[in-house]
Amino acid sequence: MQKFSVFSLAREAFGRHLGWRPQWRSVAPKPSYDIVIVGGGGHGLGAAYYLAKQHGLRNIAVVERGWLAGGNTARNTTIIRSNYLFEESSSYYEHALKLWEGLSEELNYNVMFSQRGCLMVAHTVHDVQVFKRHVHANRLNGIDNEWLTPEEAKAFCPPLNISPNIRYPVLGAALQRRAGTARHDAVAWGFARAASELGVDIIENCEVTGIDRDPSGKVTGVQTTRGPIRAAKVGVSAAGHSSVVMAMAGIRLPLQVNPLQALVSEPVKPAFPCVVMSNTIHAYISQSDKGEMVIGAGTDSYVSYTQRGGLHIPAHTLEAICELVPDFRRLRMLRSWGGITDNTPDRSPITAKTSVPGLYVNCGWGTGGFKATPGAANLFAWTIARDEPHPINAPFTIDRFRDGTLIDEAAAAAVAH
Amino acid sequence: MSGVFRLAGRGRIDPSRPVAFRFDGRLIRGYAGDTVASALLAEGRHLMGRSFKYHRPRGPVSAGSDEPNALIGVGEGGRYTPNLRATQVEIHDGLVAVSQNRAPSLRFDIGALNTLAAPLLPAGFYYKTFMWPRGFWDKVYEPLIRRAAGLGRAPEAPDPDHYALHYAHCDVLVAGGGPAGLAAALAAGRMGARVILCDENAEFGGSLLADAYSRIDGLTAMDWVARMVAELERLPNVQLLTRCSAFHYGPHNMVALNQRLTDHLAMPPADMPRERIWQVRAREVVLAAGALERALVFEGNDRPGIMLASAARTYLHRYGVACGRKAVVVTADDAAYRVALDLAEAGVKIAAIADLRPVPGGTLVEAARARGIRILPATTIQRAHGHLRVTGAELAPVGEGGAVGKGRAVACDLVLMSGGFTPSLHLHSQARGALRFDDALGVYLPGEAIERVRSAGACRGVFALDAVLRDGVAAGLAAAGGENGPEWRVTRQDAPGTGGFAGALPRRGPGHLALAFVDFQNDVTAKDVKLAVREGFRSIEHVKRYTTTGMATDQGKGSNVNALAIVSNVLGRRPEEIGLTTYRPPYTPVTFGAFAGHARGDQFDPLRLPPMDGWARARGAVFEDVGQWRRARYFPRAGEDMAAAVARECRAVRSAAGIFDASTLGKIEVAGPDAAEFMNRFYVNAWTKLGVGKCRYGLVCRDSGFVYDDGVVGRIAADRFHVTTTTGGAAGVLNMMEDYLQTEWADLDVWLTSVTEQWAVIALQGPRAREILAPLVDGLDISAASMPHMTLREGSIGGVPMRLFRVSFTGELGYEINVPSGQARAVWDRVWQAGAACGLTPYGTEAMHVLRAEKGYLIVGQETDGTMTPGDVGCGWAVSKVKPDFIGKRALALPAMNAPDRLQMVGVLTDDPLSMLEEGMQLVAAAHIPAPTSAEGHVTSSYFSPALGRSIALAMVKGGRGRMGTGLYAPCLDGPPLKVTLVDPVFYDPEGARLNG
Amino acid sequence: MLLIDCPYCGPRAEIEFAYGGEAHIVRPAADVSEAEWEAFLYLRDNTKGVLAERWRHSHGCGRFFNALRDTRTDRFLAFYEIGTPRPETGEAA
Repeated sequence: MQKFSVFSLAREAFGRHLGWRPQWRSVAPKPSYDIVIVGGGGHGLGAAYYLAKQHGLRNIAVVERGWLAGGNTARNTTIIRSNYLFEESSSYYEHALKLWEGLSEELNYNVMFSQRGCLMVAHTVHDVQVFKRHVHANRLNGIDNEWLTPEEAKAFCPPLNISPNIRYPVLGAALQRRAGTARHDAVAWGFARAASELGVDIIENCEVTGIDRDPSGKVTGVQTTRGPIRAAKVGVSAAGHSSVVMAMAGIRLPLQVNPLQALVSEPVKPAFPCVVMSNTIHAYISQSDKGEMVIGAGTDSYVSYTQRGGLHIPAHTLEAICELVPDFRRLRMLRSWGGITDNTPDRSPITAKTSVPGLYVNCGWGTGGFKATPGAANLFAWTIARDEPHPINAPFTIDRFRDGTLIDEAAAAAVAH
Repeated sequence: MSGVFRLAGRGRIDPSRPVAFRFDGRLIRGYAGDTVASALLAEGRHLMGRSFKYHRPRGPVSAGSDEPNALIGVGEGGRYTPNLRATQVEIHDGLVAVSQNRAPSLRFDIGALNTLAAPLLPAGFYYKTFMWPRGFWDKVYEPLIRRAAGLGRAPEAPDPDHYALHYAHCDVLVAGGGPAGLAAALAAGRMGARVILCDENAEFGGSLLADAYSRIDGLTAMDWVARMVAELERLPNVQLLTRCSAFHYGPHNMVALNQRLTDHLAMPPADMPRERIWQVRAREVVLAAGALERALVFEGNDRPGIMLASAARTYLHRYGVACGRKAVVVTADDAAYRVALDLAEAGVKIAAIADLRPVPGGTLVEAARARGIRILPATTIQRAHGHLRVTGAELAPVGEGGAVGKGRAVACDLVLMSGGFTPSLHLHSQARGALRFDDALGVYLPGEAIERVRSAGACRGVFALDAVLRDGVAAGLAAAGGENGPEWRVTRQDAPGTGGFAGALPRRGPGHLALAFVDFQNDVTAKDVKLAVREGFRSIEHVKRYTTTGMATDQGKGSNVNALAIVSNVLGRRPEEIGLTTYRPPYTPVTFGAFAGHARGDQFDPLRLPPMDGWARARGAVFEDVGQWRRARYFPRAGEDMAAAVARECRAVRSAAGIFDASTLGKIEVAGPDAAEFMNRFYVNAWTKLGVGKCRYGLVCRDSGFVYDDGVVGRIAADRFHVTTTTGGAAGVLNMMEDYLQTEWADLDVWLTSVTEQWAVIALQGPRAREILAPLVDGLDISAASMPHMTLREGSIGGVPMRLFRVSFTGELGYEINVPSGQARAVWDRVWQAGAACGLTPYGTEAMHVLRAEKGYLIVGQETDGTMTPGDVGCGWAVSKVKPDFIGKRALALPAMNAPDRLQMVGVLTDDPLSMLEEGMQLVAAAHIPAPTSAEGHVTSSYFSPALGRSIALAMVKGGRGRMGTGLYAPCLDGPPLKVTLVDPVFYDPEGARLNG
Repeated sequence: MLLIDCPYCGPRAEIEFAYGGEAHIVRPAADVSEAEWEAFLYLRDNTKGVLAERWRHSHGCGRFFNALRDTRTDRFLAFYEIGTPRPETGEAA
């Protein structure tokens, strides 16, 4: 692998940058692999990387139906945090956060993980109770989270409006200082480059059309638009298309996809120092390195694969942004877009074996999958390699919906991701 | 005329109305109708901005909304707005504009040193660097990068202007008011269709406003436009919107428009919104978005004074401004010849027309030749010279096979470029219309659409004026469902352009240090695009993301096709095999405040006020938001803080009586022959045996088995129940009831009616409640014997119809007086007066919480969190064991729902009676356990109990009911953990003697 | 914003409606197996294609009804009353 550093950059500058090689090998599929990962987003590419890096496996392919990381990896608002309520969840997200903290170095690819802090703003007495429960629970789990008064919140994020005279005044905020943002594309490209270097085949424009099984039911490979590929194990990490892919193996999932929209403003000079989330009035905002305000809108209510939704959804979010940060009212929406979020009934993910031998699934990340990218990839790789879950992802089974052991972050916390 | 480059007698500005404004502090004079850009250009000034990455000096490339370079900040204080296009900002007296992204000044910008480092800053350089030492990224490198990036500064004061939102319906929405749009609107409008025609410019006409050559029905193009607009204005069924951009095409033909109402006015009326968003549901949409000229990609193509040929024509004919004195035209298209002819006629010297095509021909070329303009066929521009202004162009011959010969310098102060025209497909693409590559034109054109939309004119590759008008008419007729439309005779027009060029121009030599810009604003060069491809970014989406080409505030309007062509050339694949990046809305940026519209301040969310809100405000109550409701939290007297007020209120309820506005409770009337059966199926409780006039606490689960809502239910009649829900749960419970009734239990004959707003509820609680109430209820016997706890009576109170519930959420003798909301205040006043002698005290939600916690009553949403079963919260008794089914029954039978270590509701007492737990605190088994560890449970409610004279708390604890007396610890955020003991959750009057008194 | 043709009120904007998820899912009796209960409560086809779904005109007539919609385009193919069978549209699911 061509090492990335300021020195290699300078060296290549003398060579007029003609010496750079492709960051990953985009190849045609071979007839057979040990493991095929379906879905070339951050989670799938990362899983391939960790399979190769940590489990010593080499004969791996990632198949992606479009362009690499063109789904939700390319469409999220890049927020990373681990201050979830339940121990199961916070352990999972904290596992990811710890990996984020070393990811640029690990991949030799600057994923621009910026621990700018995430403020979760409380507007009602109920919010205060809920967020304080988060703070206490997180502390117990060894996850940093602290409670700020409105004045302290404003000191941390000066544009925040803490006037008591607004419709839903800020009553305080929970702050996770280690939370932040990262450059979403870079994570996928970094994993692709590192995985490719370890021998993983990255196959773009290759849509899976079927999952092959032997008479015993065990997985034997996949059918794709670029021909059949044999594989002993298939890991599906297809986000919004998880139901579609898993149906090919006869598995129905507890998922419903919804459009989720996001938007950015025109870039401006640094004006917003952290991530602010307000669940009560539905606003999520941070400023990118480029200077754009990155804003997450809500989900449209209905099932859709169109990657678009109604304008009233982002409009509602901008109403909230204008209340929360009134100085930004004259900023302008530059770009908006939609993704397909795969939501489970308890809004917690599934990273698990399935009832089909050799078939594994990592899905249900809903609106919050980006922050988990290295963690989910890492644990999905573990689950595939060992044919059993890691203790951290062991609770995140499909079966929990049958036996009632839900991990209901949404209901418990009334906090969206 | 002010401005040495202003040409008297030309343009559509009003020379009788001079206007003065400031740019970077300097007074500039222009005329009504000018933009900031045209007024500055009239003074010979092209330098208006600095680029994003290299801080290169830049001037306007365009004359419209596609401008990437001339971005300025406009206004002051709360009205300051960054990143506006100088080419669109209309000037008015007193306007204040500043340049951006420069320090200390626009002419001398220290950031321009970045250009020297350009070899070290290729596309994506930041992915390869700033990783060492670990931890320096967000502390050191990132802040530096952030300061260098961004464009204008962010506003630093709240915007005082207001905005509006308007919903509209129409038969035909026409987006774009150029020749095709005007023709379509007229065709549809004359059919009687309801038409909305919008255009982003200050006036209709589009390209015709810069067309001094064409004649339609013998009229000049501009006169024809005036006539068409006049007719449209006379049609009552046509709505005309200028300064109004169609920016978002949503599902099912919902198109959003952004209308700018005041920015161009010096003294806008105070009541006029600054902008208005129109959400238009159109039966049919006609897109007449036109086409945008493409820039050419060559070394130094970003120097101020280099612009699109069509832009120079617009400045000439619309603003009466010559953009220079001596121009070099570089083109691959015929249209630029018309520009050269027009400029020459206006006195601008045309040094040369360099035509990339080997044998340019046609009437325009001949006309230029006839005028004596030097035409250089098969010639490219090797580079442009100059710094703050272009000073010359190096023109070089292109030989057979594309080899570029030695160039020669031509002095000039203006370079006009034309790579041909790119149809604007944004809205078509947003409508999920397919795109198809047209080989003849070398551009993408609109293909099949899933919405009811059609394109007309240049945006679908029709360029000749007569054809454009016919196309517009055809589209308008088709949209309106007609056959005979207007016809106009185009008596003079230019032949449509042929040729065109996309990608990087051929050049002589490798140009290692050359910067040839593809995306001006983001400083993406042709080399950056090639590097991205070299590094394996082969999808056009990858190229965009890796290089940021097309991600500037012009969203790639001028750059995407050039980037695509470069990728296509490098990969040796046809453009259609590579595709275009997704067009993401909005078409042009739209103000946040415009989306928010009226939803601001108190209008942000509807405010629901209970009937006694005015009374509570008059008494100085402190309020809290509960959902959309504003509820009185406590009623402080002079000198009291919250704790003192709440303690006093609690003591009053326990010792005398309190009065409380409980009107926010959700209320649903369940009526019909099958009402009892419906209740049986819906609630976990059994209802068949509940007598008329009796009440029962009801608990609702979801089919998942988890508690969803609760409330007291009274049986009014055999076939009628008065159901109450929590304040926040009212709408959800009714929706859930309707869901099961309509879709699962069609066999039941039941009606559901929300009566939350109809019934106000006055809670009268305390040992003296009966004494106060009895004289008021028009003879109703409310004695303990005839009206025991959990009963209800219908009657009247002072003649006002009443449903009187004897229920208690305080543990005291209590009543909830339901009266029609409109008369509630009068009833409240009567009760209040009657209670004065008995020490009646108003209390708020906080005292209500304390009183119920003393009794161990749960609050759904506080003790429960969507993961609790009835058994978890101590309500297992309510769950019917005999009913064959109810919502939640199957799930409640799952083993996990009955596991012994489930969280169960308990009381918690701190060992120190005066120390207070915090809601949300975790409970652990030992005083000092290092994190990470697991909790035994958590505190859900914590109050100081005036009745007990100590703190009390409720908690959910693993297997809690079997652990009474167990000691646990509650770790504090600051300080040592608090020792606590688990106790029964009923702290006060466990026998219920007071309740039943 | 979708345009939804309520069978009882006519075409109205989406903001008047509440979504009700997949249609034609029958609630089983309380004595079914855990697997059957799970299937009723949680498992969904999540169709990419023509989906039968429920809407409630919650800010209008209050009625639930069913619709067929192509989730690839959001185009509606049919609206029909609760309790009536899924109409034939001739389009693949």
